[in-house]
Amino acid sequence: MPLMNDACRIGIPLATAGLMAPVAVASDLIPVPDFTEYQVPVSMPPAPDHPLWEWLNVSLLLAALLAASYIALVSRSRRNMFLLTIGSLIWFGFLYEGCICAIGSIQNVVLAVFDTSYAIPLTVVLVFLLPLGFTLFFGRVFCAAVCPLGAIQEIVAVRTTRVPSWLDHSLGLFPYIYLGLAVIYAATGTAFVICRYDPFVPMFRLSGDVNMLIFGGALLVMGVFIGRPYCRYLCPYGAVLAVLSRVSKWHTRIPPDECIKCRLCEDSCPYGAIERPSMPPARETRPAARRSLAVMLALAPLLVIGAAGLGWLMTVPLARLDHNVRLAERIHAEDTGQVEGMTDASEAFRNTGQPKEELLAMVADIRSRIRLFAVLLGAWTGLVVAVKLISLSVYRRRDEYQPDRSRCVSCGRCYWYCPCEQVRLGLIDDISELVDLETEEAKAAS
Amino acid sequence: MPDSSPKKDRRGFLNDALRTTSVIALAGAGGFLAGRRSEGEPMVWQLDPDQCIGCGHCATYCVLDVSAVKCVNCFDMCGFCDICTGYFEMNYLALDTAAENQLCPTGAIVRQFIEEKSGQRFYEYTIDVPLCIGCGKCVIGCALMNGSLYLQVEHDRCLDCNECAIAVACPTQAFHRIPASQAEILKRRAEAVLGARGRRMMRDAGDDTQRYREGAELLERALTQRRWRQQQQSASSASSGSEGTARDA
Ligand code: SF4
Ligand code: SF4
Ligand code: SF4
Ligand code: SF4
Ligand code: SF4
Repeated sequence: MPLMNDACRIGIPLATAGLMAPVAVASDLIPVPDFTEYQVPVSMPPAPDHPLWEWLNVSLLLAALLAASYIALVSRSRRNMFLLTIGSLIWFGFLYEGCICAIGSIQNVVLAVFDTSYAIPLTVVLVFLLPLGFTLFFGRVFCAAVCPLGAIQEIVAVRTTRVPSWLDHSLGLFPYIYLGLAVIYAATGTAFVICRYDPFVPMFRLSGDVNMLIFGGALLVMGVFIGRPYCRYLCPYGAVLAVLSRVSKWHTRIPPDECIKCRLCEDSCPYGAIERPSMPPARETRPAARRSLAVMLALAPLLVIGAAGLGWLMTVPLARLDHNVRLAERIHAEDTGQVEGMTDASEAFRNTGQPKEELLAMVADIRSRIRLFAVLLGAWTGLVVAVKLISLSVYRRRDEYQPDRSRCVSCGRCYWYCPCEQVRLGLIDDISELVDLETEEAKAAS
Repeated sequence: MPDSSPKKDRRGFLNDALRTTSVIALAGAGGFLAGRRSEGEPMVWQLDPDQCIGCGHCATYCVLDVSAVKCVNCFDMCGFCDICTGYFEMNYLALDTAAENQLCPTGAIVRQFIEEKSGQRFYEYTIDVPLCIGCGKCVIGCALMNGSLYLQVEHDRCLDCNECAIAVACPTQAFHRIPASQAEILKRRAEAVLGARGRRMMRDAGDDTQRYREGAELLERALTQRRWRQQQQSASSASSGSEGTARDA
């Protein structure tokens, strides 16, 4: 032992490799001295966190969902909805600091299904399920004023323009593909991509990854002109809500009772969710429409199979998100002289003395596991595109101006534009004060 | 409302059916997940100090301004050295507490003289936790000797990010999700010494029930670690086992 002390007195630089070495033999170490008085303290484990915080969050989530449903369907007050939005932004965003949110909880749920050693907290299950349940009955009230990511975008949406329909429909497919990606990465335990690429949580925390802060800032600037860009073209949870909202029991309506087709609300939605009443297709175009639907239906399976094949080909790049795959590629590049020097990771790996073959076998295993999911992801993407094409070629009858249930987030901005609403609020006595129905109808017909 | 056309009814019916199915599916999923939960408990992030190389990412990648990762000293592994390689710069000017001699950039390690015995002076090193930024410099330093200084995530500071930003960046993938009640991952050696101390305390306790209980707690802490490591091992061998069969097929 004195020798050891001398060694360090003259400062022999030992290799830091010792850090990763297996448990050192006891005799290598300097023993704890035999003290006369002093009691060697026991080092304690880190103190636990308070679970109460999570339950408070869940209760507030429930309360906010109830309030949003009431405002969207019963009291129809845009002002109260806006106040609730601000409240949600403050609590779920800046105070609770965004984590965990319903969007990210998708991944916890998927991980819990695929990985038996991961126990999902009950609060996370509730954060995941409550908005889904509310959507089935009241539409996307969660998006209206509860979700902090929606709220921050809602507040900046002041000068929105209409996105061309073709672009809106194409970009609108991306959330479903993103959802697929998030699911395969969570299922294989590779990563939580939704959290990693969350643009707004770093803002709520006022710290975090700089790239994501910039991305979030860019989205907010964009959000001034294009309403809720994250919600419409990225959010994977919104994709699920959009599907559930289609079959919701109740849903936000623009007029308080009957639509008089005055067209006043037509352009009022910042998110392009208002659908005009549809004209029945002319008799002579019907066979053509039927034929194009038949073609779409026939193409659908081909599309799914083709995309599944593409997924198969994407296995290698998809697997690259895994740490060990990247490490193996790096080690290979170093060994073949393609790159100079070592990274922290490759150096640490070499210091462990673990044979390269073991790493390669592990990587082969990871790739084969991801391959199955990559094929599924491809098929899913094909399916999403096919369903979109089919739904675009189906004629839907609409008799009045109404929000498209999947895209409407129940924000309530359109109520105000409806003259019937103004009557209901007692602001005007009669609809004719605002619109001349005769001429409006004539205009619509022309 | 002029909505009583058969077409509307059919769609209404379909919607009702789909909604009911969805409600049942959600309830089922909830039940299933809640069942899963009862098999375990909430998970928190923790790093395995045996895997850690003190790369410094713990200080820089945490989403908090001051990292939730802090240094701990496992006293039962410490040599209480005069010339602590975790405390002093490699080329220190003097063995005193002047900042330029210290390895720690924030002066978070408190050095305190304990006693002198047969010509050797012994010092205790404790971490002033609020000052520590989790940079791991002292961890690398101490690894030259006993390795009693190592990093751990402090749960009362940690935000429990759904995906820990350090876990993503850690070059050795030292971060794991562990049950909240386990709280720590001990070095294998710390597990051994703490377990031994627990046993010793129980043996020497005599009539002192308080001391006996403390010993038993310490032993249990070490055993928890052993169980966790075994579980990790069996999980990884299970996955390599499946890989074997995959290659056979
Ligand atoms: S679409 Fe997504 S981000 Fe937008 S409000 Fe809804 S859940 Fe939140
Ligand atoms: S409530 Fe009205 S304005 Fe708001 S999203 Fe729905 S249709 Fe658009
Ligand atoms: S990132 Fe990993 S290797 Fe680096 S200091 Fe933290 S735990 Fe250690
Ligand atoms: S050197 Fe770094 S890790 Fe060690 S006590 Fe100081 S701040 Fe903490
Ligand atoms: S979970 Fe978040 S707060 Fe905790 S250590 Fe990791 S990055 Fe820091």
